[in-house]
Order: sequence, then structure tokens, then C-alpha cells
Amino acid sequence: MEIFDNLILGFSVALSLSNVMYCFIGVFVGTAIGVLPGIGPLVTIAMLLPITFNLPPIPALIMLSGIYYGSQYGGSTTSILVNLPGETASVVTCLDGYQMARQGRAGPALAMAAISSFAAGCVGTLLIALFGPPLAEVALKFGAPEYFALMLMALIAAACLAQGDMVKSLAMVFLGLLFGIIGTDVNSGMARYSFGIPELTDGIGFTVVAVGLFAVSEIVKNLETSEKQEVFTKDIKNLMPTLKDLKDCFWPTVRGTAVGAFFGALPGTGPSISAFSAYMVEKKLAKDPSRFGKGAIEGVAAPEAANNAAAQCAFIPTLSLGIPGSATMALMLGALTIQGIAPGPQVMTSKPDLFWGLIASMWIGNALLVVLNLPLVGLWVKLLKIPYRWLFPSIIMFCAIGNYSINNSAMDLYMVALFGILGYTLVKLECEPAPLILGYVLGPLMEENLRRALLISRGDPTVFFTRPISLGFMIASILILITMVLPAIRKKKEQVYAEGGG
Amino acid sequence: MKTDLLHNKDFLAGLLLLSFGALGMFLALDYPFGSSLRMGPGYFPRVLAGILMGFGVFVMVRGILSNERVQGVWGFKALAFIVAAFVVFGWLMDRFGLIPALIALYFLSARAGHEFKFVEVLLLMIFMSAFAVALFVYGLGLPYQLIQGWN
Repeated sequence: MEIFDNLILGFSVALSLSNVMYCFIGVFVGTAIGVLPGIGPLVTIAMLLPITFNLPPIPALIMLSGIYYGSQYGGSTTSILVNLPGETASVVTCLDGYQMARQGRAGPALAMAAISSFAAGCVGTLLIALFGPPLAEVALKFGAPEYFALMLMALIAAACLAQGDMVKSLAMVFLGLLFGIIGTDVNSGMARYSFGIPELTDGIGFTVVAVGLFAVSEIVKNLETSEKQEVFTKDIKNLMPTLKDLKDCFWPTVRGTAVGAFFGALPGTGPSISAFSAYMVEKKLAKDPSRFGKGAIEGVAAPEAANNAAAQCAFIPTLSLGIPGSATMALMLGALTIQGIAPGPQVMTSKPDLFWGLIASMWIGNALLVVLNLPLVGLWVKLLKIPYRWLFPSIIMFCAIGNYSINNSAMDLYMVALFGILGYTLVKLECEPAPLILGYVLGPLMEENLRRALLISRGDPTVFFTRPISLGFMIASILILITMVLPAIRKKKEQVYAEGGG
Repeated sequence: MKTDLLHNKDFLAGLLLLSFGALGMFLALDYPFGSSLRMGPGYFPRVLAGILMGFGVFVMVRGILSNERVQGVWGFKALAFIVAAFVVFGWLMDRFGLIPALIALYFLSARAGHEFKFVEVLLLMIFMSAFAVALFVYGLGLPYQLIQGWN
């Protein structure tokens, strides 16, 4: 069996002492920062990305993915204990998790979140190993029209299924694509939108855009109001869930994993919608739906399983097609590019040690999370008590040094400042910045593939509709658009998000 | 009650989109458009900018019709201090080295918060700067002078 050979190769890479260490550092730092309220995985990764640039590709990616699921997991700890979600995906965990904490059952809620995340993580890792390679095989046959149509579908899906207004999210995609043009046109060598500034002819670094749009706007938004939150720390003695808890959570975890895997694997959709949908499913299937929102343990297990499964499965399109499924994955792809690896289906065959090592390290990372988190809950709780006024200047420090270190130029920091102003304005006007960064990363690729597709077809735009795979993506894009315009389905989406009250 | 346009959420969002679209279009007029067969450097930007302007107008009109206010207050003060922290940090890094840049960064960004206690910020700054120097300069080996011309 080829897959076993591959997995053995993967584990031999991932189990080397230094790689286990990087995985551990990633998971540990990721969790520690993810626990801090108001800092989601996206900001965590954007902040720590530049630090990994000095490492060789494999340890860098292993550490980054450790940071990714570590921060995802840390976010749920915060949701349960403080009712402050670090990101939209853990909003749902707040609903029942925080109620459980108030009833003195914070321990079982945390443990159940860890267990269901681990179970979902294992399944997710297995799914990547199973479906990644055949998908890459198919993707190798893709030509320019297929790639263009696929990216179009990913962008439309990201905009339509994201939280918030669909029209504005679509507009954000186009704004992102437009920002992606800044720099030198590869075909004509012409500098576009560079305003005569030499640094801009290389384009704007994506960490600059990410830190500006997400970190700065997030911090300013947190500073608008001064709310005091109650932290539940006294009652976390009894960590173990009862046998009944475990039994109650078995099927919700399975269903949550399935929902998460489905949404995660689709390009353009991610953990948020998975967590919300999984919660809805459980509420629908429950014998007594009124328990939800009042501390039902299933309401913690299912969304936690879903967002972790989605987080893992998001690597499927990212690694096998080179198309990021979410803004966070766009950052991971950016990291690959900076390491000098062109993302795409060829990575699997040209760098099998990287691909399989990464997959094996995900499993190790998930196992580390369980081992690390339950005994260290006390430490995370202490972190939660750090006042925000000490935290945010230090977040800014990491962002500033990190972004300066990429090109050793102050220009990048001036750009961070500009994107910070833009990001905060967008957040205030309720325009989601996540589709923007997806568009930004895909922009140059889309232009290149559009150009090539039209060249092949001698300028005939129907090329996207006459090739079967491309036609399929185009139909899917149009279907997503149509269904979201239909009032009944749009209401359903709003309802799914409204469940979380945010 | 009629919301004035300056506080109208979607009107402002649309205006922002329209301005970016218009700027993008105006600048792209200088780039050769080419044809569908051979796309010039101006082709993709002009198409995008055009679509963005369309979105801008749509959202603006929708804003005038729906009249929704921007939620909450604008944190201009916090934004100004944080943006200043980034700009001054970069400027000082280029000219005076890491330590002066870190001092400025902490004292500027801390002003963005609700409480500003000098001693607290000073201690935080000293502690975190030592950590940053240890991690970035000695740990990761980034080639920064602590204070320009001093070491």
C-alpha cells in the first residue's frame, strides 16, 4: 500500500527530534497566544509568520501548522472560561461552554473540547492523507481555464458563506484582487499602482496586509469599549468528564467531524460555518432542544469537532490544489511561497517529505494538544488574567519587528499603518476583511490564468464553459450565487449565524 | 429619523469602494489595455476597477435607502496612537536602532489604551524589550543594531 509507505516517510520526517520540537513550540506558543482573548488564529499566524521565515521549509511549516491548530484550540479555552471568542469559529463554543463553566462544569467542558477536537483532528489528518494525493493527480491535468474557474468558485464561496453582507463581501474580494495587482506585471514588466515608490514594484507583502487588516483593526476595536469580563478559575478541579458525558458526546462528535470535514475541504469555506452548522444540526436532532444554550455538553463537543475537522481538512485544497480555503490558509500558502516553494499539485510529488512530514506532524500536534492542554489548564487560566493593556502593546511589538524583519525596511511598517487604517474602517462599516485577503493572494494567479486561458482560446471567453471541469466550476459558482440571493436560503444562513448571537 | 450621510454605514462603505474603484480605473488608463487575445497590463485592473465601482454605487444607493447608522463609536484616538507606533518604530529602526524604536513603540501604543500608568508601561517595556532582543537579535540572529553607532 502506497499510503502506508508515504505515512511512514511522513512520520520518519516528523518524528525527528528537531521537528517534534518545532511542532511542540508551535503548538505551545499557538495555544498560549490563542488563549489570550481577542486574538484569533489569523492574527496569531500573521504575527508569528515572519519569525518562521528564518527556518528551513519543513520545520517552518510544521511550526506554523502547530501555531494554527494550537491557537484554534486555545480560542475554545477562552470561549469556555471568559465567554470571549477569539474568532467567529469559537463563538458557538461560548454558547454552551460558558454556561457549563458558570454551572461549575468548566473542567468537563474543557476536557470534552479537547477530546472531540483530537478525535476530529485524527479523522481530518487521515482524510488529507487519503484524498490529498488523488485530488492532486486530478489537479495536475488542470489547464489555465480550470484554474481560473476554480479560483473564481473559491472566491465566490468565501464571500457568500462568510458572515455578514454578501454584496459587501463580494466587493471585498474585488478590492483584494485590485490590491493584488500592485507591483510589476510579469508579462510586460510594467510597474502598476506603484505610485513611483520603488518598494511597491515588488508588490505589498501579504503579512503586511494581514497584520494591518486583522491585527490593527482587532486591537483598536477591542480598545473602543472597556468591558470587564468574569473569568471562571476556581472551579477547574475536576477535569474528567463523566462516562455519561462521553456517551452523550459520541455521536455529536462524529456528526460534527463530518460537517467540518465537508466544509473544510470545500475551497472558500472554513471553520466558522462548520461550527455554526454543526451546532444547528445537534439542536435539530436533540430530544430536548431547549437544553442548548444552557450548558449542554453536546453543544461544546459538536462545534469543537467541526471547527477542528474543518481546520485540518482546509489543508486538502491548500496543499493539493494550491488554492487556499480561507484567509488563514492563504497565509500558510504565502509562507510556502516565501520559502521558495510554488504551491500546487506538484508539491506532493516534488517534495514528498514536506507533504507527508506535514501530515504526520499534524497528528503529532493534535496529540500534543491533548497532552499539553489538560494538565496546563492552570497556566492558560493565569494567562487569561493578564490585563489587555499589557497585551496589546506587546502584540504590536511582535507585529512591528516581524514585518520589519522581512525586508529590513520601514516602508513595510508604513504600509502596515495604512492597511491598519483601512482595516479598521472596513470593520466599522461592516465589510469583512477575510474575503479581501483571499482575493489579494489569488489576484496575481487569477490574472495569469485568465491571460493564458484567453490565449489558448484565441480570445474566446466561452472557453470557460466548453471544457467540462471548468464548466463544472462555473456552474457551481453560479449556483452558489443564485442560492444565496434566494431569500429563503439567505435567511437560513443569517439564522445559522444568529444562533451565535454575533 | 433620517441619518445624515456621514454616519450612514452603507453609504460610507459604498463611497469607499467607489473611490478605490475610481482611483484604480484612473491609474489603469495609463496601462495598455490590449485585447482579449493578448491581455495588456491594463486589462485586468480596468475590469476589476469597473466592477468595484459598480459595487460601490450599488452599496451607496442601498445605504441611502436603508439608512443604517454605523454601530458604536469610532476609536480614532486608539487608531491614531497605534498607527503612529508602527510608523515611528519603522522610522527609528532605519536611523537609530532597535532600542530607541522599542521605547517609542511601547510609549506610543500604550497611550491607545484606557489607562496609562507611566511606571507600569516602563516596566512592561523593559521586560518585553529584553525578551525581544533575546529572541530576535540573539535567538534568531536578525542583524539589528541595538543603538545605532553604539555597538
